Amino acid sequence: MISFFKKNKNHPDFWKDYERKFQHKLPELIQDVRFVVLDTETTGFDLKKDRILCIGAVNLEHNNIEISRTLELYIDQETFNPDTVKIHGIIKNEDLNTLTEREALVTFLNYIENAVLVAHHAQFDIAMINHALKRLGLPKLKNKVLDTMVLYRATRINSNLIDQNKHYSLDEVAENLNISVKDRHTAAGDAMITAIAFLKIVAKLNKKDKGKLKHLLQVN
Amino acid sequence: MFKLAVRIYFKMKNTIAERIADFLKRFPPFDLLKPHQLLDISREVKVVYVQKGDTIFNQGDEGHSQFYVVQKGAVAIQRKENGQTDTLDKCDEGDIFGLRPLFAKENYMISANAEEESILYAIPIEIFQPLIKRNYRVGQFLIESFASNTRNPYSREHRGKLYTENEIQEDSAPELFELQPVQYVKNIISCTKNTAVSTVAKLMSAKNVGSVLVVENEIPLGIVTDKDIRNTIAVGIYPIDIAVEKIMSAPVICYAKGLTIAQAQVAMMKHKISHLCITKDGTPNTKVLGIVSEHDIIVSQGNNPAVLIKAIERANKSKVLKAIHERIMHLLNGYLQQNIPMTHVSKIMFELNDATIKRVIERSLEKIKTPPPVKFAWMSLGSQGRKEQLLHTDQDNAIVFEDVPENKLEATKAYFLELAKLVNKGLNNIGFDYCPADMMARNPNYTLSLQEWKKQFTEWMTSPGNDEILLCSIFFDYDISYGDVWLTNQISDHIFKLSENNQLFLTALASSSIRSASPLGFFRQFLVETNGEYKDFFDLKKRAIMPITDAGRVLILQHKIKNINNTAERFEKLAELEPQNRELYLSCSYTAKALLKFRTKQGLLHNDTGRFIELDTLSKEEKIKLKRCFKTINDVQELIKLRFKITAFL
Repeated sequence: MISFFKKNKNHPDFWKDYERKFQHKLPELIQDVRFVVLDTETTGFDLKKDRILCIGAVNLEHNNIEISRTLELYIDQETFNPDTVKIHGIIKNEDLNTLTEREALVTFLNYIENAVLVAHHAQFDIAMINHALKRLGLPKLKNKVLDTMVLYRATRINSNLIDQNKHYSLDEVAENLNISVKDRHTAAGDAMITAIAFLKIVAKLNKKDKGKLKHLLQVN
Repeated sequence: MFKLAVRIYFKMKNTIAERIADFLKRFPPFDLLKPHQLLDISREVKVVYVQKGDTIFNQGDEGHSQFYVVQKGAVAIQRKENGQTDTLDKCDEGDIFGLRPLFAKENYMISANAEEESILYAIPIEIFQPLIKRNYRVGQFLIESFASNTRNPYSREHRGKLYTENEIQEDSAPELFELQPVQYVKNIISCTKNTAVSTVAKLMSAKNVGSVLVVENEIPLGIVTDKDIRNTIAVGIYPIDIAVEKIMSAPVICYAKGLTIAQAQVAMMKHKISHLCITKDGTPNTKVLGIVSEHDIIVSQGNNPAVLIKAIERANKSKVLKAIHERIMHLLNGYLQQNIPMTHVSKIMFELNDATIKRVIERSLEKIKTPPPVKFAWMSLGSQGRKEQLLHTDQDNAIVFEDVPENKLEATKAYFLELAKLVNKGLNNIGFDYCPADMMARNPNYTLSLQEWKKQFTEWMTSPGNDEILLCSIFFDYDISYGDVWLTNQISDHIFKLSENNQLFLTALASSSIRSASPLGFFRQFLVETNGEYKDFFDLKKRAIMPITDAGRVLILQHKIKNINNTAERFEKLAELEPQNRELYLSCSYTAKALLKFRTKQGLLHNDTGRFIELDTLSKEEKIKLKRCFKTINDVQELIKLRFKITAFL
């Protein structure tokens, strides 16, 4: 405990608040766990150069998604980038509040607490967020992470006839799981589709209920 | 810092709430709300995911603080009375339910159960209630839906009475036909006992009916039918102007309403009559309510396979096809309850499934608009190919198309893949799940030109590894569902040519067919699954159905018999070809049918594919029957071992 505080002496309060949330152990059963399903829109795929434009996230507890607890953050861009034009359009047209990267991260950490994070191709979204944290001189996210791509792959039967290492796009997963994809390509819309996909995948992986979180983490 | 977060939280854009509002505004009563009201509601919605079979609330549960809208899926509204569960209503996309807490602080009087995997929007009553008070039409609509959610078959009947005595009854729920209450004609053609026969005959012609009821003070005295007039007047026993009383059949056979169709049919057969009279208390001493004729029963026979086929051919929406499929399942359930022979049942189910697949393909072709560039055939594989698909299991299918010049191959294939995608999706919408191994025509590996298919089979059959054998066993049992039969015959011929004198291939196929050993352990106990989702369940498909199917396939292939895909039929043919093994083959044929029936019953019981069986739920008799099947499987596997000399390989 002593070394724990020592190490973080210089971090701002919001980070300390966030860290403190992890003193509680996560519930054992999936149905009791709080998940935050998220998606980020970015200017590109370069972790160093590119920036997050928007973070969308939904809150998932007991098989329920509460719309009032949806998170949708739009981030100011320091430099002009042609890829950001579309999102600027949205911001301008709808007269949206934008945040600095720092404000967005503060809000985000305050929102996620110690929830298990879920995303499609999660590695990328998490890495983008971790790089943003790094720019503020902060450590990486401490949350457990689940990737719906990997989980979906585990629902496919184990057969030599299908490629075990195939990558499934969110569109493919949605089509196979019969999810309508009207909201594609907004961060919040994608987060919602991912959340529904996640629910369906978990149902497939745990036909007998009372599934445990650790089994999902093992798949990943 | 925390303050900042809160500030942003309230000013936030909510794309998802906007989408939910877009959905809700398509359905009443939400279409009556103003956009900002709708958005306010949408922001507070909870999206609820339920699996097939989940209960949303039970009769007697305390009211939830929310009511529900179905976004996707289907929810059955049920009421339990005297130990019997009645399905009152079925809610699908856009329907609302669970409204009681909105009107009264009472416990639910009905249960809501997910019939399919569903997504629901839960709308908080706290938010919605003020809107009802402000908007009269919204309230009115909700009260009406509330009433119809809770209606029962009795109130449905009474409702008609409020308007007119003679109203035609509403379509009844697609339950098993024979057990439905019989529908009777309320508009009775009647006369008094003193009416002259000639007058009665004129009345019959004018009203185009085959019978006239003779009544007095609304009490039935007798009935006159075409047949009575023929047997008395026409043959000259009585003159034509005699009082009808002399020739009528009396007393009239009477029943109370609520009589089932099956009972009505039996009663007619027993009394050798074609009309029954429905009276208030079921005796000839009370008021006449209506007449049931044999003819009406036949016409109304909604779940008759012939009627269903017609309905499939006319269906223009997947929703309609899906509804028809539910009726098919009722029919299947009825057949199994009545112990109708499995051969007959599988043939009828095959035809119905086949008609459905054809219809989906036709509709997909219409959607594409451009006609197919060359001839093609749609092949159903696996259980549908073997005419053994009774329940909705997975779809397995493939396309073969006519050879085209090299430079056109890509474009042609692209067309058929597009078609395949539509058909696969269409079938999925009706309830044929996607194949988990992607053995479907939309997979580019399985939509090939004739030449490519021949090459593919040559590859599989000349270097038969485990995967190749598995593919062969799936693709050998195909049935053409649509298109040009010449193409599929070409493939069949090719396969037979390749298997001729191909000892390597036959041996590999044979040894794969005995891979799943007898499902009984040393102490004759069942071998259950030892790990995974179905731990401690018995895998009926893998341990019993696949072995007998595989055995039938390899034996029939050795005899070069084509066009018999059904396992039971294959063994019957084998019994004919090898009289020395007749006994064994006939019991194999019996086993194949028994297992199929067993699986279907299990599937209908648990509303799944029937593949995995919980042994504890089986009766002793069922277990003995199953064990008898396994003995047969064991025997035929022994025969295969000897015949293909594969002991050495094991």
